[in-house]
Amino acid sequence: MDFLNAIVALANFVIVPGLAYGAQLAIGALGVTLIYGILRFSNFAHGDTMAFGTAMTIIGTNALLALGITFGPLPTALLALPFGIGMTVFLVLGVDWLVYKFYRDQKAKPVILVIVSMGVMFVMNGIVRFIIGVNDIRFADGERFIITAREFRDMTGLREGLAIRTTQVITVVVAVIAVALLFWFLNKTRTGKSMRAFSDNEDLALLSGINPDWVVKVTWMIVAALATTAGVLYGLDKSFKAFTYFQLLLPIFAAAIVGGLGNPLGAIAGGFVIAFSEVTITYAWKKVLVYMMPESLEPDGLVQLLSTDYKFAVSFAILIIVLLFKPTGLFKGQSV
Amino acid sequence: MNPAIKNTALFGLVGILLLGTGVVQGWNSALLILNMGLISAIMALGVNLQWGFAGLFNIGVMGFVALGGLATVLISTSPVPGAWQAGGLRIFAGLALGAATVVAAVIAQKQLTGRTRTIATLIILIGGFFLFRSVFDPGKAAVEAINPASTGNLGGLNLPILLSWPVGGLLAAGAAWIIGKTALGLRSDYLAIATLGIAEIIIAILKNEDWLARGVKNVIGLPRPVPYEIDLQSDPGFVERAASLGLDPVTASTLYTKMGYAILFTVVLLILLWLAQQALNSPWGRMMRAIRDNEVAAEAMGKDVTARHLQIFILGSAICGIAGAMMTTLDGQLTPGTYQPLRFTFLIWVMVIVGGSGNNFGAVLGGMLIWWLWVQVEPLGLGLMNILSSGLEDGSALKDRMIESAAHMRLLTMGLVLLLVLRFSPRGLIPER
Repeated sequence: MDFLNAIVALANFVIVPGLAYGAQLAIGALGVTLIYGILRFSNFAHGDTMAFGTAMTIIGTNALLALGITFGPLPTALLALPFGIGMTVFLVLGVDWLVYKFYRDQKAKPVILVIVSMGVMFVMNGIVRFIIGVNDIRFADGERFIITAREFRDMTGLREGLAIRTTQVITVVVAVIAVALLFWFLNKTRTGKSMRAFSDNEDLALLSGINPDWVVKVTWMIVAALATTAGVLYGLDKSFKAFTYFQLLLPIFAAAIVGGLGNPLGAIAGGFVIAFSEVTITYAWKKVLVYMMPESLEPDGLVQLLSTDYKFAVSFAILIIVLLFKPTGLFKGQSV
Repeated sequence: MNPAIKNTALFGLVGILLLGTGVVQGWNSALLILNMGLISAIMALGVNLQWGFAGLFNIGVMGFVALGGLATVLISTSPVPGAWQAGGLRIFAGLALGAATVVAAVIAQKQLTGRTRTIATLIILIGGFFLFRSVFDPGKAAVEAINPASTGNLGGLNLPILLSWPVGGLLAAGAAWIIGKTALGLRSDYLAIATLGIAEIIIAILKNEDWLARGVKNVIGLPRPVPYEIDLQSDPGFVERAASLGLDPVTASTLYTKMGYAILFTVVLLILLWLAQQALNSPWGRMMRAIRDNEVAAEAMGKDVTARHLQIFILGSAICGIAGAMMTTLDGQLTPGTYQPLRFTFLIWVMVIVGGSGNNFGAVLGGMLIWWLWVQVEPLGLGLMNILSSGLEDGSALKDRMIESAAHMRLLTMGLVLLLVLRFSPRGLIPER
């Protein structure tokens, strides 16, 4: 019984939140990695693209709610997601046409594009603040829990409860759908194949008649969709705040680099590696250990390796370790 | 146009902007902007050293600035009675153990091979971590338990606060050495992410390690290198002199202290600018630019690229640390919660790019100009919104929204300025020669 309790406690505090957070990071990192693979620069504006998409989705949600439309037990934001994606596609295509295209035509060095993306980051951050302000916004509605800790305890008779929030399940389901769609697109469609070819070898791809403008456009559209989805899922799970999204940049980049920049599969793996390390290292293990160990060995502290405020340090430490020992990431990524 | 005339005109423009601020908004505001502008110019000098001279993409400026701020607390506050006896030694023993663990792990990595290497490193790191926590934690708890409402930290050395400026530089340089050793071999994108991460970690440490500088409880009332206004106001000689200039004592005293800071900062800026100019025009500076322009060729000529990069990374970070200490001195308080990357890292980058990377005068100009803009965008934006919405009736939702959004103009403007400069004048206002 103690063993089961330990497993349930672990699932409740580590596995379920880790899965949801990992899925959010993975979708975010997919966007970063696609930009890196096709456009060949690290996009610092990605966090703010996510924030913009989420802000748009929140506006859509409010409009739907004002019309009296809800999604039953599911969050209304899911209905507004296509609207958010559409607006973000519109924004990033506009930004690409206005800003990035010039440097692409000039064949500017990647580091110049990174600095340009810093400028875009400022502007997008400003736009988001204009549109929706700087406050914390919760926009998850519908059923909060699929199963609450109390229900679980009553059902199983265990001492530990397992609470699963609707948003956590939605995150994982949406992430699976998004990733499946993306890989289907990259592997089966003509455009997807040309994107991969372009990413592998630009000159060869151009020689074989692939239209680079089209590839770039499609990439931005996919990135906008992924960024908005990641942002909305994160916002549903926690809350929306422009500044938090900017800070998500670090774990997302860590995930993309750990997996190998430019490698979509790596981005997903990296997302989960970062998420689970953050959660396990900052989790107070006492609860689990109490069940697992004989009473005489019971720990007296919280058995927390690092305080939760150091979660950035965790993603960063993993990043450094991977870079020092496997410079192209866990899955082979590109290097310039 | 002759570049010398153009550059003088640009600096003249900054002067006119400041004078205009003085006339319109009062001399106190103008001096306030000038002081922070001088500090920003020093930070920009540091970033220019790294980016303009050597092409190193450091976006962890915030971390070094914060370390400089930490130095002011460690140098100038008085020691907390009993803190050292309670747990100070334990804390330092713990930190030494932590450092020894890392060194041992590095040695194990270098000396051993194969599977033994991995296992030995893991054992050293994990064992060392728990050893570190067991020594460190009680000391930390003991120190933080001492009068947590007003102290709860180790306190400082009670030395003059001006001393903390070079010490801030040293602290930042030490951190830069550690970061450079691990991250400088990496590609530019990776170095960028690595420095971004380090800066966040430094802020996290400052926020959470209360024994060091009270964390988010802030250290207030740091000593000042210039006289206090209240002392000046009660000094009959000063009041008399103020009256002879036609000023009331309160205004005169605030202006006097701000002028004092401005003179101190100008001296530091001029020294650093002179040093940076000497470096730029020396063989060392030419070598740096050669490395920046073509690493492979420089390496073929026998230059040790990694060592030179480490050198300039440390120097640039040290300058940012000095600026950070100066800023905390000016504020009179250390508030770790206020360090934000947009303000302390990316804004400095805007200054360097707009001013002209690779040119020290450009960096200084960019620092002053962009800082002025950063402060003035809000009132200017508010004025603009008032004019734009003047046709709308009072109390309409749109009008309120427009006036409210003026507060968010800053970031938008900075981004636009950066993008416009990058597009139409990519070498900045004062380009590299």
